[in-house]
Amino acid sequence: MRVALFITCVNDTLYPRTGQAVVTLLERLGVEVGFPEGQSCCGQPQFNTGYRKEAVPLARRYADVFRDYDHVVVPSGSCAAMVRDNYPRIDAEATQGAVARTYELTEFLVDVLGVTDVGAYYPHTVTYHPTCHGLRMLGLGDRPRRLLEAVKGLRLVELEGAEECCGFGGTFAVKNADVSAAMGADKARHIEETDAEAVCTVDNSCLMHIGGTLTRRGAATRPVHIAEILAGTEEARL
Amino acid sequence: MSSRDVVLGRVRRALADVPRDEGPEEAAVPRDYWTSHAERTDAQRLDLLAENLADYRALVHRCTPAQLPARIAELLSARGARSVVAPPGIPADWVPAEVERVADEPSMTPHELDALDSVVTCCAVAIAETGTIVLDAREDQGRRRISLVPDHHICVVRAPEQIVDSVPRALGRLDPARPQTWISGPSATSDIELDRVEGVHGPRTLEVIITSPEP
Amino acid sequence: MSGTYLGMPSFPRAAASSTRDMRLRGNLRHATHTIRAKRAQAVEELGDWAQLRAAGAALKNRTLRHLDHYLEQLETAVTGAGGQVHWARDAEEANRIVADLVRETGESDVVKVKSMATQETGLNEALAKAGISAYETDLAELIVQLGDDLPSHILVPAIHRNRDQIRDIFREKMGSWGRAAPKNLSDDPAELAEAARLHLREKFLNAKVGISGANFMVAETGTLVVVESEGNGRMCLTLPETLISVVGIEKIVPTWQDLEVFLQTLPRSSTAERMNPYTSTWTGTTDEDGPSAFHLVLLDNGRTDTLADTVGRQALRCIRCSACLNVCPVYERAGGHAYGSPYPGPIGAILTPQLRGMQSELDASLPYASSLCGACYEVCPVAIDIPEVLVHLRERVVEGGTATVRGQRTTIKPAKGHAAERAVMRAARWTFEHPRAMRTGQRIASRTRRLTPRRLPLPGPGRAWSDSRDIPRPAPESFRDWWRRTRGSGSAGSGREGGDAR
Repeated sequence: MRVALFITCVNDTLYPRTGQAVVTLLERLGVEVGFPEGQSCCGQPQFNTGYRKEAVPLARRYADVFRDYDHVVVPSGSCAAMVRDNYPRIDAEATQGAVARTYELTEFLVDVLGVTDVGAYYPHTVTYHPTCHGLRMLGLGDRPRRLLEAVKGLRLVELEGAEECCGFGGTFAVKNADVSAAMGADKARHIEETDAEAVCTVDNSCLMHIGGTLTRRGAATRPVHIAEILAGTEEARL
Repeated sequence: MSSRDVVLGRVRRALADVPRDEGPEEAAVPRDYWTSHAERTDAQRLDLLAENLADYRALVHRCTPAQLPARIAELLSARGARSVVAPPGIPADWVPAEVERVADEPSMTPHELDALDSVVTCCAVAIAETGTIVLDAREDQGRRRISLVPDHHICVVRAPEQIVDSVPRALGRLDPARPQTWISGPSATSDIELDRVEGVHGPRTLEVIITSPEP
Repeated sequence: MSGTYLGMPSFPRAAASSTRDMRLRGNLRHATHTIRAKRAQAVEELGDWAQLRAAGAALKNRTLRHLDHYLEQLETAVTGAGGQVHWARDAEEANRIVADLVRETGESDVVKVKSMATQETGLNEALAKAGISAYETDLAELIVQLGDDLPSHILVPAIHRNRDQIRDIFREKMGSWGRAAPKNLSDDPAELAEAARLHLREKFLNAKVGISGANFMVAETGTLVVVESEGNGRMCLTLPETLISVVGIEKIVPTWQDLEVFLQTLPRSSTAERMNPYTSTWTGTTDEDGPSAFHLVLLDNGRTDTLADTVGRQALRCIRCSACLNVCPVYERAGGHAYGSPYPGPIGAILTPQLRGMQSELDASLPYASSLCGACYEVCPVAIDIPEVLVHLRERVVEGGTATVRGQRTTIKPAKGHAAERAVMRAARWTFEHPRAMRTGQRIASRTRRLTPRRLPLPGPGRAWSDSRDIPRPAPESFRDWWRRTRGSGSAGSGREGGDAR
């Protein structure tokens, strides 16, 4: 089984720890991970802002770069959704194979590897925010929750209004900054109300917005990507 | 060029992508939705109708056909109704002697109708799953307005034959050429803070009497 | 707020002020959250919801793909049943037709059923100019009309008002329109509804002309359907001598039996009821029952332009349930007025720019009034992929291209104000196509990371972000540098450096 990591441009530049966690986790589960260096960005910022033409070469590049792998694992619900939902609209023929092989991380763990208990240890209270593209475009369902519930030491606390968008939305966050901030403030308030030590999602771009809002409010809850929770063990805490 | 030709011309140009030889029926429609949401006996259907009518604040009564005139008299008397409009198909003995029966005449003005206390009608069909009674302006139901303007509506449903399970089954029994009023509880509004308030312009009290041979 | 949408600012600017209106935010939050939970429960009751949704979408697609056929069939059926059919290519023509029809009756007062189509055409203002008073009879429309306000929700036009605001409007304004509100009127919703009942009853009983829209028109039979709750619709549809219905051409369903889908999905999606209190159906005129004259005005007003766009076309499937508004986090914070049209919320963001074209700054800003969270698509009973259409319209905004405007194929120029963004998107795409250049950029960012401020004082995207959120700092080492450092460059894979993908 040839498995590649698609790190995504946001994780690559801002959140490399997430990528390192994915590698640690997958290797612990016996998966050999490849990282083709020709990868870059899925093209979502361009596509979603209306610059479809700019996304076309990026979609084709993605298909080309990952051609020789059986599975591509993406630690981002929204980038995985970009590939799966929008590549067929960009160039269905060229991207067909890549679309079929692309999995968001929790999907890959649950559906391909067939595990929910990945042997992780994380002795903290955590609340989970299901990101919109993971929830509605990919249909991740309860996969992330099942994975979190199996983590030793982790106490999962409910988040009010969990399924409501945090207000990030890519360029929405700057084009409609006031509405985005108002949504972010409500999300942050709900997170603070849980008293959880960490808020977890499958997407660092949402966490960038949520985390930026939380720190600005002086909140104690820290943002953490699910991969970083699942990668830690009692022996090797991340 | 007439506006009709302009609009139809625009529609045809807009649909340039639709193959010319595609007939309207060829545009596929999956019909795997259900024609009813459960298999029910007559009694279950009756119970569900009563339950759903009551859930939307209709007052539901049950009796045998023989008990019906007395039941109507009771309801009118409890309300203190002195006049009732009744279409021609309502039997004479359904309106008690002490209450003035007013015929459903086209010459009656809305103001005259507004001065009446109650209305008694039958219905064309009733839908158990939604708690709906449908009136289609036949002899025993009258013009649409009589079940609208008076503040108190008594509607008689004959079980089991007039009760169907579902919306699809009701539509199959109804003739679109006849004007229809589908009624599910008394009038209501959700316009103030999206809280439901019963009783706006239609009859504020809807009483449904379901008659069945076995009460 | 006066009764017009003209000259309204772009969505972000209008929304900026509404997000700070805490009373509005509170009213909207309460109302949308109330209905949201109820809708979910009402939908849950039907085990075949997914099938009904698919059938609804397919039925509307069938109608749209053969709209010319169904329009002609409808016209024949309505005419055969004693009605008269008029065609209006735009709002102005529709309003003129209605004003002329009212004048022919010799009346100067009309009662109206809540209708989106006549809000879209601005009929009330047009009638006022022709010396005709139009009285809105839906409770919420009454609140809006008395308050000289604009509707802000498709189903609940006064959703932005709470009970004490409504009481104040009734106390102050009802008297100048007809029967005054009781002096001691409280803010109890039941009392407010009762005041509206008494105020409107004299209008209903005297009305000679009624004006409505319709939820559905059955092509096969010529039957019109109005779905409502209060009974004001029944009053307007049955008591007057003349009935004029103004209906968008897309409101057709092919057959009577096809209503079985929409009469199940519409009430549950809109008011979260198994069935709305009243549904009226009529076919032309009926002897001595209801109006003796029936006029149907078929309205285009941008619908055929929308139909010409094969992606945007799906917006015409809309049955105006407003479920998408009630789940939309953007609508909840921005309020309906920010959308500058009778169609607010997610459906408005795709319908308004298509119906009106995208020439104005406001219309060009609407496709961006969404975080693309997809909650609207999820609840839509006719499965309109609103995010897909939003993205499609964004492309039209930034790239221009061909579109149909007022029936003519036209080349649209890219909207102004996107030049800098376009340059950034191109540069980003170039960088992403050249990962070596990307790595260089990442390294510079890493080295200067301590210089990245948490807030930016200057205007622009950074400021827009950092007004409410801290800016993330680039990591000291990018993932790809870490990979190379720890694993070497010879990774398993076919990745190439740089070059075009093809």
